[in-house]
Amino acid sequence: MTKVPVQMTVNGEERAEFVDSGMTLLKFLRDKIGDLTAKAGCLQGTCGTCTVLIDGEPRLACVTLVEDCRSGTIETVSGLSEDAELHPLQQALLDHFAAQCGFCTPGMLMAAKALLDSNPHPDRAEVEDALSGNICRCTGYEPIIRAVLSVSGSNACGDTAERERCDGNK
Amino acid sequence: MEISKSYFADERHGDFKEIGQSRQRSDTAGHVRGITPFYADRHVPGLLHLRMVRSPHHHARILRIDASAAERHPGVKRVITAMDVPHNVYTVLSLINIGPEDEPVLAFDKVRWLGEPVVAVVADSERSAYEAAALVRVDYEELPAVFDVEDALKPGAPLVNEYHGQNYYRYDSGASRKVRLGDVEAGFQKADYIIEERYDSSPIEHAPTETTGCIAVPDQNNRLTCYTGTQAIFFTLDNASIILDVPGQRLHFVGGTAGGGFGGKVDCTVEPITLLAAMLTGRPVAFIYNRYEEMQISSARAAERIYIKDGLTKDGRIVARRVRCYVDSGAYSRHSPYGAQKAAAHFPGPYTIPNVEIDCYCVYTNRTPSSAMRGFGVTIADFALEVQMDKLARLVAMDPLEFRFINAYRDGDMKAHRQLTEGAALIECMQEASTWANWPVDSRYLKMSSRERKG
Amino acid sequence: MAKQRGRGVAAVNYPTGMNLGGDPTQALVHSTPTGNFIVSLSSVDLGQGIKSVVAQICAETLGVPTERVIVDTADSDTGPHCMGTFASRGTHRAGNAVIAAAKEARAVMLEVAADMLEADSRDLQTDGDGNIHIVGVPGKSVSVTDVALAAHFQQGRSISGRGMFFIPRSYPSPTDGAMKPSTCYAHACTIAEVEVDTETGEVDVLSLKSVYEVGRALNPKMVEQQLVGGTWMGVSHALYETTEPYYPARDHACRDFNEYLMLGIGDLPKTEIRVIERPAPDGPFGAKGLGEMCANAPIPAVANAIFDAVGVRVDSLPISPEKILRALLAKESSAAA
Repeated sequence: MTKVPVQMTVNGEERAEFVDSGMTLLKFLRDKIGDLTAKAGCLQGTCGTCTVLIDGEPRLACVTLVEDCRSGTIETVSGLSEDAELHPLQQALLDHFAAQCGFCTPGMLMAAKALLDSNPHPDRAEVEDALSGNICRCTGYEPIIRAVLSVSGSNACGDTAERERCDGNK
Repeated sequence: MEISKSYFADERHGDFKEIGQSRQRSDTAGHVRGITPFYADRHVPGLLHLRMVRSPHHHARILRIDASAAERHPGVKRVITAMDVPHNVYTVLSLINIGPEDEPVLAFDKVRWLGEPVVAVVADSERSAYEAAALVRVDYEELPAVFDVEDALKPGAPLVNEYHGQNYYRYDSGASRKVRLGDVEAGFQKADYIIEERYDSSPIEHAPTETTGCIAVPDQNNRLTCYTGTQAIFFTLDNASIILDVPGQRLHFVGGTAGGGFGGKVDCTVEPITLLAAMLTGRPVAFIYNRYEEMQISSARAAERIYIKDGLTKDGRIVARRVRCYVDSGAYSRHSPYGAQKAAAHFPGPYTIPNVEIDCYCVYTNRTPSSAMRGFGVTIADFALEVQMDKLARLVAMDPLEFRFINAYRDGDMKAHRQLTEGAALIECMQEASTWANWPVDSRYLKMSSRERKG
Repeated sequence: MAKQRGRGVAAVNYPTGMNLGGDPTQALVHSTPTGNFIVSLSSVDLGQGIKSVVAQICAETLGVPTERVIVDTADSDTGPHCMGTFASRGTHRAGNAVIAAAKEARAVMLEVAADMLEADSRDLQTDGDGNIHIVGVPGKSVSVTDVALAAHFQQGRSISGRGMFFIPRSYPSPTDGAMKPSTCYAHACTIAEVEVDTETGEVDVLSLKSVYEVGRALNPKMVEQQLVGGTWMGVSHALYETTEPYYPARDHACRDFNEYLMLGIGDLPKTEIRVIERPAPDGPFGAKGLGEMCANAPIPAVANAIFDAVGVRVDSLPISPEKILRALLAKESSAAA
């Protein structure tokens, strides 16, 4: 098997490795870097559990070749918290009881981060859209949506109809 | 979420410090950091990968298996067939005399469903394993297949499993798990209306975000450690011990959090074969279902076909109910005989009906074996029962909620499976729903109580 | 040619646990030198949070704060037998086993404290904050930490306990099916509102109001997690989910998440939950299992709401747009005939 060199930044650290040609970014992260936060739910780009950020964009690591990430800036859940403090999104999921089995949680976090980094005050529809590529089987999505909205600013529950919807789920 | 404290207030004593508090979960901090260890979250040097060769036919005889090309493929360490499995049968709960033992770990003479495992290939990379699996040559003679539960029970239907000799599980009560209370025929005679309806469902997948799988590692002290997403640690360990003919003390099962289970991770279909591969190669082995396997190979919720015949009086009482329920077990039993039995205990629903006849059949067809899923034996029954209640109410021009109040069970009522009702609260749930959702019912129903029969 | 709204109701019960050869579970509890408590189980956490709720149950029984209880589970070397996590049995069976184990440990803890306070152990109580004192004499108290240290290094006692919850096997009668499959039942009533598009057959579930009777809500936020998540799965079952869309034909069997349809994040109904409690005499602090029931009542409630909206019955799951349109067409043509 041909080995090819790849070099990129992962969570702020320069990484340089030789990899089998055709290796996915997911396999690179889990097996080469030892970052187990991104998950392998389907290996076909349909469930979102492998969502990471590449140059700020949410991408599915299981269908991305690591060779196509050269010089890229990769972010995973491992890089979310500075020191021991949780990132506001992580804290919000905790506070809203928005995780049960936890398998979809890393992907949800990275998709939500990508949204808030580019759109700090999304409305509910924008949150739903940003997370629409992430499957959850346990929570029914509602607590995750509310957690993300709670981070997004003071008017978290949007207009009257949205607020009624939010309050109704208390 | 509101807790309505006015109901059963005199039964709800208790001055608690921890109970009733919404303490933060112990695992969420790990979840949001992505450090909760699922079974596949570990680095194992020298890990081998197992891929399964599966039947491409719904029903066929196996004539010949030729794995020679696979064995020669670069990276392949071992190819495993039925002959390599010490006790080649899934044993359910044979330790406590619960069977049946009708399913092989690896098929040897026949395949009975599309996807049934036949040959396991173990290689030093996923890619090698997949490539080698495609090189295994199995010659089959196709056989007629049956897919419909009622067709499977007709004379002349293709026989799915010779172990049973017929296409249904034989209970000690015969072809069905029977429940009998009173006399339904007499009940139907007394009824003003009789309706018979049919309800159907199709197989439903657990579809957890984490797929089924395990990693078996030869460990210290001549033991094997199995990291698994199973929902039942000892059930799986004991099954593996029997299948591998290895004493239980040599096996160490480690679970953790399963990335979603919903009943789909109790069939121990991966651990025994993976442990065997680890034993035969002396190396750690991973067997992780891909998403196709999770969808079509792992068990699903059984499809069911339910016939409900009811006798109803003009004043809205169900006087007789006959239920025939066919549970599609697929090609093998797994837990379906129990699931059909659970359904038999669940019918006729939380209503007091004096004459009840229930027959639940566990039927074999040539499809993926079904097994437990969230609401096992109950979910599809509730769909049928509660749609039926709606139809019955409209038959006598009654409000659907009021109709349920009239028939609801209460403490002390005899259930069809001959247990007295205790701790009933259906009436109170309906009362709260009525007022909260503004679905008005006559005030006499709001005065009813599960604790005594008055009106 | 319109979107029509309708409302439907369903009321159900659900058995806690199962009886496939009986239903046993065991637990062990022991104290560390500084008065933290380890619960050893082999029960598996699927995300429903059994580790957390068992810690609360143990803490309540011992009379200490929940954060002093650590639950170690799912290891066959350290955890005593549990049948497994399914059949809504976890909290009920493991919870009861833990209560028994914690009671035994608490008895030893109080004896050690009694020795330290020169009192009778029957005159002692825990304050739930990490202290033990003589009833009516709050000044005469000792910390759980000091009690544990004394037990380990001065008195030579093991603050530990064993617990077993056992449901014996029930054998159904072959003639009339008399059997005892469960000891307690939870209840639910769901009212669903839907909107059906008569041109496309698509169903939008607008709202679900569900009342659940759960015995005792041991941790209300965790109860809510299950009920909201289960309600979602129920609606998803009602309208979308199957691996064989043309069952009993095996054609077009779903191979992946592109083909296996589920209720999407953009289609969520307004889901409201209310809980009532009728404690089960044999439940841990009266709790009943609820993890499965929550997915059940929404399904027929939605089916009945569809009938209320457009006057057709689809008696087969999933209730797909195709089935609704076919039923509407059949209704039209039989009306015209």
